Amino acid sequence: MTEAERKQLEITACKVRMGVIEGVYNAKSGHPGGSLSASDLFTYLYFKEMNVNPEDPHMDSRDRFVLSKGHTAPGLYATLALKGFFPVEELKTLRHIGSRLQGHPNMNTVPGIDMSTGSLGQGISTACGMALGAKLRGTNERVYTLLGDGEIQEGQVWEALMFAAHRKLDNLVVIIDNNGLQIDGPVGEVMSPYPIPEKLRAFGFECVEINGHDFDQIDAAFTLAKGVKGKPFAIVMKTVKGKGVSFMENQVGWHGTAPNTEQYETAMAELRAHLAELEAK
Amino acid sequence: MADVKKIATRESYGNTLTELGKEMPNLVVLDADLAGATKTGIFKKAFPERHIDCGIAEADMVGVAAGLSTMGFVPFASSFAMFAAGRAFEQIRNTVGYPHLNVKIGATHGGISVGEDGASHQCNEDFAVMRTIPGMVVMCPSDDIEAKAVVRAAAKYVGPVYMRFSRFASPVFHSEDYKFEIGKGEVLQDGTDVAIIATGLMVNEAIEAGKALEAKGIHARVINMCTIKPLDEELVLAAAKDCGRIVTVEEHSIIGGLGEAVCSCVAEKCPVPVKRIGVNDEFGHSGPAADLLKQFGLSAEHITEVTEAFVK
Repeated sequence: MTEAERKQLEITACKVRMGVIEGVYNAKSGHPGGSLSASDLFTYLYFKEMNVNPEDPHMDSRDRFVLSKGHTAPGLYATLALKGFFPVEELKTLRHIGSRLQGHPNMNTVPGIDMSTGSLGQGISTACGMALGAKLRGTNERVYTLLGDGEIQEGQVWEALMFAAHRKLDNLVVIIDNNGLQIDGPVGEVMSPYPIPEKLRAFGFECVEINGHDFDQIDAAFTLAKGVKGKPFAIVMKTVKGKGVSFMENQVGWHGTAPNTEQYETAMAELRAHLAELEAK
Repeated sequence: MADVKKIATRESYGNTLTELGKEMPNLVVLDADLAGATKTGIFKKAFPERHIDCGIAEADMVGVAAGLSTMGFVPFASSFAMFAAGRAFEQIRNTVGYPHLNVKIGATHGGISVGEDGASHQCNEDFAVMRTIPGMVVMCPSDDIEAKAVVRAAAKYVGPVYMRFSRFASPVFHSEDYKFEIGKGEVLQDGTDVAIIATGLMVNEAIEAGKALEAKGIHARVINMCTIKPLDEELVLAAAKDCGRIVTVEEHSIIGGLGEAVCSCVAEKCPVPVKRIGVNDEFGHSGPAADLLKQFGLSAEHITEVTEAFVK
């Protein structure tokens, strides 16, 4: 990845974060913490990795993304809007009556959403089905799915992981957003899923651990994934919940709370300053 | 009765999937370690590459089916009714029903006629839970011929479908030229004294009851209601108007199934007394299927008795 590419991704990721804050603020509810921890990943997927076409969201040969941790829809919506799937202005309608932007992703209303999700643990199974579908029909689509670190407490996730390895789904990349926090507290305290990479490897995955806010590391991981044959690939990304908005960072309370007007202004000012800094680089 | 052919509708399921496999290259079958019992093993033999055994993981199976459907496949996800409609209810609700995906749930071993396995495997609740999912078609065929038609109709229909099949071999009474349509009931015997509306295995019992009642001078209209949702309201309301009394019969809890669907319909649009025959608010238990059906009142004799008392 070139310096210029990385800079552009960082700029886009900052705009995604602004979209998250914009959406959640206007909705007066929603999930900023996990949207912000995954913003760099969303950006990388849609602006570097995936073969998608905003002009033809249902293009059959597109790569698929399943947001298994569906509550972080604000981050995905912001990314899709910036990519051109729908107007950025629409982010303000998040969770409003009549809006396409439901609290959790709806594949039938939002262009660019490949699967309706929201109930944790279920998205990864559908991603397995998509990856298997590509294999069965002999086509080259790749399938990506993002799970929360709390989400992997769901038993179905492990059913799906077994399935992916058993079926040798090397066109599937499972990403775990290890921001360390869930609603009731630190994941390690609520119900420890650790050690995650060891468990994934034991389940038959090739697995790497990266810093989920470092585009060089993200890029290296996805490049490595493409070369792995005969087994599925997993990326455990260490992230900061609330990343990019200092008062939200590592605060469990920002899992599912919207900022008030003052907090909104503070967050946007910080992100705008960061954006200016990036653009000036 | 001389040599009535008896076939379990789970056999019809496996056989029809195999026929369809030849006609539809995009048809795939999923199972959760029960291929021998659900009879998808027949399909597996013919199309091993299109049979996906998910292991004992019904929740994942439903999700995999949903993903496959978005890639242009027509998946039939199969398990026992208890583990399909029961274990995987929320997966079916959220990942199949909500996005209205083209996934077919083929649930075998419905009702107490599962027999010896007992209550843990006797699902008397599947109609109730599947019926509450918006956009879900719920069907329970009455014999081999109808079961084949149901599988074909499901494959053709675009959207989520739940089908319940039986483990217990039952008489084949439809003729080969039977025309089935989703959402349409079938009048098997006409009459205006009382209507008996039955589904699945109970249709044959209802036919026998209809004959027995006829012998007693009670002219019952016997209706086969294969599609529980969408309910053939026109047929139900005509029965209510013409007969004034309805008996419903199902191998399912009297709570939430065909009986309550009929009750809701007539209560709002043409109130008439309804008697529900089904499994009362209790669990089943182990025993030979035929004996259990008798014990739980799911027999022609009991239907006759209840109906006779009801019309008096």
